Amino acid sequence: MEVLQLLLSGLANGCVYGLVALGFVLIYKATEAVNFAQGDFMMLGAYVMIGLVNPQFMGMNFWLAVPVALLIMAALGYLLDLTVLRHMFGQSQTAVVILTIALGFVIRFAAGLIWGHEPQSLHSPLRLGDVRLGDVVLSLADIAVIVVTLLMTLALWQFFQRTKPGLAMQAASQNQMAAYYMGIPVKRVQGAVWALAGVVACVAGILYASKGTVDISSGFIGIKAFAAAVIGGFGSLPGALMGGLIVGVIEPFAARYLPAGYSQIAPYALLIIVLVFRPHGLFAQVRTKKV
Amino acid sequence: MRFHFKTSYDHDIRLFPDWWKFSLYATLVLVMLALPWIFQGVFGGRTAGFYLGEMTNVLIWAVAGLGLMLLTGTTGQVSLGHSAFMALGCFLCVNFLDAGMPFLLAFVLAGIVTGLVGAVIAVPALKLHGVYLSIFTLALAILADDLVVILEHWTGGVNGRMAPDFTLFGASMNRWANPQGWYFLALGTAIAVTLLYRNLLRSPLGRAFAAVRDSEISAQAMGIDVARTKTLAFGLSCAFAGLGGALMGFFAGAFNNETFNFLISIQLLMMIIIGGLGFIHGAFLGAAVIAFLPQALSMATDFMGSASIPGLEVGVFGAILIAFILFEPMGLYGRWLKLRVWLELFPFARRDMFRRQKSYLKTERLR
Repeated sequence: MEVLQLLLSGLANGCVYGLVALGFVLIYKATEAVNFAQGDFMMLGAYVMIGLVNPQFMGMNFWLAVPVALLIMAALGYLLDLTVLRHMFGQSQTAVVILTIALGFVIRFAAGLIWGHEPQSLHSPLRLGDVRLGDVVLSLADIAVIVVTLLMTLALWQFFQRTKPGLAMQAASQNQMAAYYMGIPVKRVQGAVWALAGVVACVAGILYASKGTVDISSGFIGIKAFAAAVIGGFGSLPGALMGGLIVGVIEPFAARYLPAGYSQIAPYALLIIVLVFRPHGLFAQVRTKKV
Repeated sequence: MRFHFKTSYDHDIRLFPDWWKFSLYATLVLVMLALPWIFQGVFGGRTAGFYLGEMTNVLIWAVAGLGLMLLTGTTGQVSLGHSAFMALGCFLCVNFLDAGMPFLLAFVLAGIVTGLVGAVIAVPALKLHGVYLSIFTLALAILADDLVVILEHWTGGVNGRMAPDFTLFGASMNRWANPQGWYFLALGTAIAVTLLYRNLLRSPLGRAFAAVRDSEISAQAMGIDVARTKTLAFGLSCAFAGLGGALMGFFAGAFNNETFNFLISIQLLMMIIIGGLGFIHGAFLGAAVIAFLPQALSMATDFMGSASIPGLEVGVFGAILIAFILFEPMGLYGRWLKLRVWLELFPFARRDMFRRQKSYLKTERLR
């Protein structure tokens, strides 16, 4: 029973990592850039929601606030692309990496300025109850996280696989110039993908804030989400979710069965092992570079 | 504008292209050597000690920055994990001192051992490119943070270690009692590392570094052993970072896992980008920015009459970095080079001389 309990709570945590990792993968798939600020996006999404819902701020109805928060984050993502990232069009990956790290710093500073530095929790209806299945206790939030994440991943996966805009996004990243020749408005497509990443981050943020408290350094779970994305192989949406689940499940088990101090290393040690033996992740999509 | 008529290969790889350049750098070194007395004359007493401490801080950051510059600027491998090697250098140095070694030996040996460890770690990292390498190194930095806590016997765990008092050439090195001594230690290290770096750049190995940065495939085609070159770059870079870390920890007086957390390595990377990626000058300029920014900000908030804002430093730093990447990707030193060309050509400089070429990205993925 204990194992099952650990497994389920690990899965719920892993889904949050998976959602953040989904954001990385989205942006990577469509712009060939890696957004190191995705964790901070998530934190920002959570704070936007807190700002809308919590009584000391605006005090809106939770279900009314969800679409508003999603819209705000989508707009923010699009604006960020328009003002900052579009200047980096065609520049090397590493320049974008450093740029997004800096963006993360600025976002954290801005969030601290607006919402303060104390940990806050979202007034969420998901907080209300627990569900008992035999000896296993699951909070409503945990179940919501798992369901929403599975739905999100499925929807995004199908979006990239089946729909025209999804294919256009993939084409835009695979060869920017050829995508232009095919009549794809590459820059606008990239803007759309940043907006989409904002939405995914907001969903992750709302779920994260419903499970526990948020403070401005919550964005650092982005690093664990990195481990998730790398383990799954950047560029694969189901891979990202898989990686997130693996990291999420390993954590509680390591905390339970390894001596203290060693448990928080587990995800990073796993990341390093995966990178050493499978340099492009478990679901690799890269072959030797051709000239 | 001066023209150098190169008549032999030696002319091409000389340390200083002409007497003018040589005298410029010689003057700089002389001024730096005389700085304690200049400060004493200008500020007097305790204030001079404070500013000397700030200069020492700049030089220490510059030593660590030169380490990352060698890897990122010269060899083109982005590392977000140099804080791990700084921590390693620092704790090695402390433990060597505990074992009864004299400081100079412990210090140099700490650098060498850090470099060896770095080279060993580079072997699995060789297969990784770009983003994967940065994530790998980021994971290393986070692991190092936890390892410092776990290896309590040597590192003192979360409580950390106090920097022991040590003597160098008969002088007791205490930061407060002897700021001059610390300044000269940092200056000496910085000069030694810079000379080593500069000489490396004009050796076949240094040119191999640059070739690997520009294109691994063409470097391979030219007969460069890419794996060996990258391993050496990693090792040397970690050695410099270890020296910088040892100085930083000892200068701070006490250090634990938090002193070298992964934000330090991100800060280091940002520093060399603001200074100018790929230039030795860039490491020093970036170090000056990073060391003086907190002072400048606290003066600015004092001037505005507001209370201190938490996190302001990091936020402003991020904003500065974004501005640099968007508008001046070559950093402060690149800006100076452009200015110099403009001055040298004065009426004839053209606006589009440094225009970035339009480029398009292609993926390496198959699906």
